[in-house]
Amino acid sequence: MITLNINKKIYNVDADPDMPLLWVLRDVIGLVGTKYGCGVAQCGACTVHVNGQAMRSCVTKASFAQGKKVVTIEGLSAQNDHPLQKAWLELDVSQCGYCQAGQIMSAAVLLKEKKEPTDQDISDAMAGNICRCGTYLRIRDAIHLAAKQAPKK
Amino acid sequence: MEKNTQNRRAFLKTSALLGGGLMIHFSGVAKLALEDKSDGLKALDQWTEINGYIKITKDNIIKIFNPNPEFGQNVMTSLPMIIAEELDVDWKKVVVEMGPHDSVKLGPQFTGGSNSVRMYWKPLREAGAAARRMLIEAAAKSWSVPVEEITTKTGILYHEKSKRNGKYGDFASLAVGIPVPKELKLKSVKDFNVIRTSQKNVEGTKIVSGKPLFGLDYKHEGMLIAMIHHPPGFGMKLKSFDASQSLKMPGIKDVFTLKLYEDGFAQGGFDTRTFNDLLVVVGKTTWDVMNARKKLVVEWASAGDVKDTMAGRGENREVIVPGELENTDAQYKKMLEYAQKPAQQLRKDGDPDAAFKNAAKIIERTYTAPFLAHNCMEPMNFFAHVTDEKALFVGPLQAPGWTEPTLAKILKLPPDKIEIQMTRMGGGFGRRAYGHYLVEAGLISKRAKAPIKLVYSREDDTTYGIYRPMYTATYRAALDENKNLIAFHVKGGGIPEHAIHPNRFPAGAIDNYLAEGWQIPSNITIGAFRAPRSNFNAAAEQSFLDELAEAMGKDPIDFRLELLRKAKVKPVGKNNEYDADRYAGVLNLVKEKSGWAGASDKKFSRGVAAYFCHNSYAAHVVDMILKDGEPYVERVFSAIDCGIVINPDAASNMVQGAVVDGIGNALYGGLTHKDGVVEQNNFHKYRIIRMHEAPKKVEVHFIKNDLDPTGLGEPPFPPVFGAVANALYKASGQRHYQQPFTLEAIKKQAV
Repeated sequence: MITLNINKKIYNVDADPDMPLLWVLRDVIGLVGTKYGCGVAQCGACTVHVNGQAMRSCVTKASFAQGKKVVTIEGLSAQNDHPLQKAWLELDVSQCGYCQAGQIMSAAVLLKEKKEPTDQDISDAMAGNICRCGTYLRIRDAIHLAAKQAPKK
Repeated sequence: MEKNTQNRRAFLKTSALLGGGLMIHFSGVAKLALEDKSDGLKALDQWTEINGYIKITKDNIIKIFNPNPEFGQNVMTSLPMIIAEELDVDWKKVVVEMGPHDSVKLGPQFTGGSNSVRMYWKPLREAGAAARRMLIEAAAKSWSVPVEEITTKTGILYHEKSKRNGKYGDFASLAVGIPVPKELKLKSVKDFNVIRTSQKNVEGTKIVSGKPLFGLDYKHEGMLIAMIHHPPGFGMKLKSFDASQSLKMPGIKDVFTLKLYEDGFAQGGFDTRTFNDLLVVVGKTTWDVMNARKKLVVEWASAGDVKDTMAGRGENREVIVPGELENTDAQYKKMLEYAQKPAQQLRKDGDPDAAFKNAAKIIERTYTAPFLAHNCMEPMNFFAHVTDEKALFVGPLQAPGWTEPTLAKILKLPPDKIEIQMTRMGGGFGRRAYGHYLVEAGLISKRAKAPIKLVYSREDDTTYGIYRPMYTATYRAALDENKNLIAFHVKGGGIPEHAIHPNRFPAGAIDNYLAEGWQIPSNITIGAFRAPRSNFNAAAEQSFLDELAEAMGKDPIDFRLELLRKAKVKPVGKNNEYDADRYAGVLNLVKEKSGWAGASDKKFSRGVAAYFCHNSYAAHVVDMILKDGEPYVERVFSAIDCGIVINPDAASNMVQGAVVDGIGNALYGGLTHKDGVVEQNNFHKYRIIRMHEAPKKVEVHFIKNDLDPTGLGEPPFPPVFGAVANALYKASGQRHYQQPFTLEAIKKQAV
């Protein structure tokens, strides 16, 4: 049995502790917002937050996530109103949409670390997230927009 | 949901009884004649079964069904917008749902060939207009006033004279009983207030909040996961296996073999499959099955030459699939060899032989490009639940109608007992037109006697096949002593087929013209890949035209415009497959918007290319720099002519995506084989363009005209390769003839 804290909810799952968090989320718990793209941490579609860090859940064991706070796209905001989600909608970023949850999760950590990321910051932080449809320009613009519109603390 | 085979009358009764409102159907099949060129009003003459595009509730909630599968081209938004326009409803209040698979009621329902908007343009306008007309007649009847005195405005009917109004929903049930209108008046283009406005992706919120949308997300009670352990390479087959270890592993239900097609099964164009013997593992979770696969002890053998049966018109034909375990180096050498042999003549104008003999100068260049994998972000997968009586399929697929007949044959079920639900697709690019994975899922479910989700790992997906072919083409141009272009010759080949479109520009612009093609059969399966053939053709041809322009001392855009003027004023030959004015139009627009003629920004190396395919025209100017010696496209200017643009911002997004896709494939894309095995089985080896490699700005301009919409998914893609090649020449001082263009790839050139 593994106990996981996902999106502020406790789940007790009967799963192999070596099962990647990606498959625990998708197949065992039923949270399918986190996507399978490559299984080898090359595409970023599986990005989640583990104690605030962006991690590729396809290579993160469930046992590693035990005792830590996991946030998935479903829990990024209470009402789909994270500045990034709003910016994504305002700029109509998505084409097929499959990579976008992972893109947003990676970008969310960038924005926590850098309130006003430069183009280079964005290039560096987002290099691990592939978009096969090529919406990179809009992703970049949406990150800038979200940074501008984020509530100032 | 069962397919509705009731007759219309019976349904009308039912629909009224349910009190739910109006379900409009449009019998699309007869009306979707792509060759239909008639102007003016087109009356509907056949309303048979009902499922339909539009549903209206008493509370005036309008639900519109999207007929065509969605893979990022946003038809889920644009097709319903077309209906909403003619129906005259408030787009902000429309609810959109994916339609069921029923090609009798909803039309061909295939996503491919950049055809969705083009083929549904008229039928959807008619469906919306017909519904509006029936509602008007219902109100007129109810109010006892003449039909001509009723107007509508965004979902409300008005009778000015008596100051009455009512919601569409109030009259929906009554409208169901109105006979289908014989004549329809479609809106004038200038009156559009939905079409030609930018509207947000109807599934945008679901995408950014992680809602289940894709095939891989679909869940069903009692569902098991299945994966197929395919041979490691082309030309191989299963010899023997030992699953004893696998069967002991947690969550594993079964391991078995299946045959996909029986011997002699006549394959249609979209029945392509790479491996016929399936070694299947079935288990509870994806991870369970992935682990169990690793414990399989398998012996593979060379398949040798294999006989396949291809369906033909009238007669089937047998083809021999060669058994060779292919190697990329050898393939390039073979292509060079074949290029010297006689080829099939595809088109000849004038006397190219004589012209070349008398030429003052001949320029000859050879271009090559590798196999490309589609690499949809969502790997192949499909859900199937098959019993002796019926079958339910759910998942990502471009053309359910193309695979259903095969499913019916192989599962021995009548088509009306087979339900295919189309989920959103995480990318298509042509790969998901080939439904082998539905047949596989269906057979597995039948054998396992359980609902199953067939999953392809990324490695399975990349190594399975159905690629963009490997291509080469040799271009020759003859110049006279005044540097006039007097002859043009293209001889193209490929594994397993060539890319030549003989009737495309510059055919028609050159007096002496010859196009030839040849092919080398292979066991490496190929299929449609975003702008098939064009995706290589444009690269080679547009590079060559650039070199020609340089040899002739002409500006590359002006040179093309000159040729197009000739093609317009004094066209050569027949069947020239493009409109010279529209082709020149996009070149002129991109010339203007990129500031081509003005003082150049010395920072950038510029390349231009233009192309016509899938009924639309595209031109790009690419601005490149070298970053640490590596080519980087910083910005692009694009000019597109695709007729009326339904959703301008979404259309811009598509063009931007096509540009990024083109840059990525031109610079980095490609598969190599070693003894039949693909060497790039995941993204650490198969290089896909990433954020830091993508341009920061792609400025998209559409030609404003009122022509019926044509395609946009593919047309912007091919010329990007040519523009990148031409910019790379300016940036590096060298012409590049072998894709992918990255410098490291060039160092490894086999040619």
